[in-house]
Amino acid sequence: MGRVKTIARRSFLVGSVAVLGGVAFGTYMYKRDVKNPLLADLKPGEAAFNPYVKVDAQGVTLITPRADVGQGAYSVQAHLLAEELDVDLAEVRIDPGMPSAAYYNGVLAAEGMPIAATSDSMMARTGRGAADVVGKFLGLQLTGGSSTVPDMYDRLRHAGAVARETLLAAAARQTGLDRDQLSTENGAVVLPDGMRLSYADLAATAAEIEPVQDVTLRDPSTWRALGRDHQRTDIVAKSTGTQEFGIDMVMEGMVYATTRTNPALGGGIQGYDATDAEVMRGVQAIIPITGGFAVVADNTWRAFQAANAVQADWGPSPYIGDTAAQFADVAASFVEDRQDSRFKDEGDVDAALDGADVLAAEYRIPYLAHAPLEPMSVVVNLTDGRLDIWTGTQIPRFVQDGAAAVAGLEAQNVFVHVLMSGGSFGRRLDDDYVRQAVEIAVQMPDTPIKMVWSREEDMTHDFPRPLAISRARGAVSDGQVVAYDLGIAAPSVAASSLGRLGQPSIGPDVAIVAGAWDQPYAIPDYRVTGYRVPPMVPVSSWRSVGASGNGFLHESFLDELCHAAGADPMEERLRLCWHDTSRKVLEAVAEMSDWGSDLGEGRGRGVAFTLAFGVPVAEVVEVTNTDRGIRIDKVFVAADVGRVLDPVNLEAQLSGGVIWGLGHAMNCELTYEGGVAQQDNYHVFEGMRLYQTPQIMVRGLENGDKIRGIGEPGVPPAAPALGNAIFAATGQRIRELPFSKHVDFV
Amino acid sequence: MRLRVNGTEHEVDVEDDMPLLWVLRDELGITGPKYGCGIAQCGACTVHVDGVAVRSCQLAAADVDGEVTTIEGLGTPQALHAVQAAWVDHQVAQCGYCQSGQIMQAASLLDLNPEPTDEQIDAAMSGNLCRCGTYPRIRAAIKTAAVKLQGV
Repeated sequence: MGRVKTIARRSFLVGSVAVLGGVAFGTYMYKRDVKNPLLADLKPGEAAFNPYVKVDAQGVTLITPRADVGQGAYSVQAHLLAEELDVDLAEVRIDPGMPSAAYYNGVLAAEGMPIAATSDSMMARTGRGAADVVGKFLGLQLTGGSSTVPDMYDRLRHAGAVARETLLAAAARQTGLDRDQLSTENGAVVLPDGMRLSYADLAATAAEIEPVQDVTLRDPSTWRALGRDHQRTDIVAKSTGTQEFGIDMVMEGMVYATTRTNPALGGGIQGYDATDAEVMRGVQAIIPITGGFAVVADNTWRAFQAANAVQADWGPSPYIGDTAAQFADVAASFVEDRQDSRFKDEGDVDAALDGADVLAAEYRIPYLAHAPLEPMSVVVNLTDGRLDIWTGTQIPRFVQDGAAAVAGLEAQNVFVHVLMSGGSFGRRLDDDYVRQAVEIAVQMPDTPIKMVWSREEDMTHDFPRPLAISRARGAVSDGQVVAYDLGIAAPSVAASSLGRLGQPSIGPDVAIVAGAWDQPYAIPDYRVTGYRVPPMVPVSSWRSVGASGNGFLHESFLDELCHAAGADPMEERLRLCWHDTSRKVLEAVAEMSDWGSDLGEGRGRGVAFTLAFGVPVAEVVEVTNTDRGIRIDKVFVAADVGRVLDPVNLEAQLSGGVIWGLGHAMNCELTYEGGVAQQDNYHVFEGMRLYQTPQIMVRGLENGDKIRGIGEPGVPPAAPALGNAIFAATGQRIRELPFSKHVDFV
Repeated sequence: MRLRVNGTEHEVDVEDDMPLLWVLRDELGITGPKYGCGIAQCGACTVHVDGVAVRSCQLAAADVDGEVTTIEGLGTPQALHAVQAAWVDHQVAQCGYCQSGQIMQAASLLDLNPEPTDEQIDAAMSGNLCRCGTYPRIRAAIKTAAVKLQGV
């Protein structure tokens, strides 16, 4: 106990000192404008008013620096700019830009701080402010944590407005007319007589004047695209096979490579025999890389075939290698020595549970792979001391620095061209595959190299979502939940993934308890404790990060307590929920699902709620217990993002999040033997298929006080809502994922 | 060997057992068909051979016995096939990586069965994996496309 308090206090002190020190010491640095990367290679007649808008004689380019991994980030960034700039998005170029400190993420660092989204205390506001300082100081260009919209909402509209006003000023100068006589429409300044001056034609004049910084953002009531149904900018390309993903990049003279490293993670390679592989058709080189080897050929399939023919002598994995032993170490972690956090400690849980009729349960969740459908792939070209990299990534600046280190170059000589990602779900927060390709390039300069992993290499070399165990106790009285004590033990995602990026992780790892410690329930005696399991196989963020599993751990046992109290699980949650915005999402799904109505024999409904990334989400799942197994019939979802920018995409992200959450809960786990992941392709890691997909009804609410992102928050409540529904339909309480270990699904 | 792809004849010099997918992608530079699993579990590589959907990662080049159509040959951004138009209308794609295969599978289904029932849609489309979870819109887009194709 003493140690916990010390740790918690120390990290808060570290946090506070960092905040105060940063703000005081860094006021000048922080307030100073970050360099506009577009000015670096601006040519005569081109204007770049800020890091996001460039205009030249050919037209307008919008820079959308947050990665699109399927969540629609490019489209929403472009629409935020266009809403102020008045351009038709079909007529402009949309470009992710080059990595730059100017594109720092100003909100993400707050996710690593123990600040409840529901809190508006001095400390919470200071912490959120510090996130902006930290992001700006580090030049942290990173896509994740559903942060794109909250981070970019004001920034991009402002950038669009600055560009518009500057173009208007340029038009005024060019025509001698007064600014107030001019208006903008569809990529042009319109003169009083109706004559149009295109932005492209104004570029040269605009380049000569200081950007107009004093701008007023338009009122949302006047928006034309945002806030109502509009088309995603990439939808036609993605419906016609013309969207270029990282894996599709083609260059003149390009060769095709694949790599293999030890399937026993971290075990390294002691040697290999490529005698048979070297003579196979199309094989150009078989070369060593860190921990394995690469095959370079004239066709990806030939590279795969040759890689299979190499006899490798792999070393043993240094990690706890078997899943039973991994869980045993997690189970042994509920000790004071490994206590990591206790951000929630209300009332007196020990006293409340002392002598009471205590309900207790243990839950388990497995490792899970990201397995985006596009396997890790990258094109690299090292020529004359310049390294070019084309790939889908969420961390372009880390890719740049990592590649520079591998190649022995200055970062300024490494050019990262971000391409569309065929999914990520957090996988592209690592740059391991890029470093491998750069190792090949160093040994084969002056040749464009496309490196593609086989699906098997991809799934067995993932940095998975960590496993976890929870131990929960609680008490009920007079039909109410009165005490809830939840302990969660898991390895630290922050320590593992930040470590790989060469970044420190200070203090407790909020991810161990995210989605559990910060839930808005007024349970009189309520405590959530995180236990940090020592590092095992390296892990990383997986769609909705800590909340992805903690939603299940927290909400399943809360459901048990509701039933133990004899209370209706919806009514009791509503009674306990003190946060108005959250109550409204629960009320919404209750109404949408006609909660309380009779479903008939063999059917059941479950509800779950999780507040994650600042977004309260409630889901109701309806199932039928058939003679062929559980069938998921319907899912009702309500979420509050403060303001809905794109209703079509909100629906897509929430229903996609539900399917992600349900599919993995139904049938997915990553298990290890000797440090080797046992699931290496989709036949043993299926997720949800179309025939199992329920009807999904979505409602977006706008009661919250801040605008939020929606890529991740739909995931956490799905698994517990399904488990709670299975209990309602069958009386069977399943405390372990995937559910398929205990029930069949139709 | 000779291959006819999207109306064009190609002479390719590849092993008999090279999967059609890799002939298309790495020999002919036709990148609409995607590599996802290599074992016919995801459907991202789906193309048509004489109008019927096949998994090009499992079809050896020497066994291709008809005209190959990829997503690029089905329709273009300027001239969308009815299935592609429905995919645009319903804004099906998220990451989009599986959608070439989904669209080719759906086009083949509607060609063979112009009025599929919900169960028939589920059966025909369940071999195509979508990690983003676009399935509800795939169902809806197929129904829209079916109506549109009936009207032609």
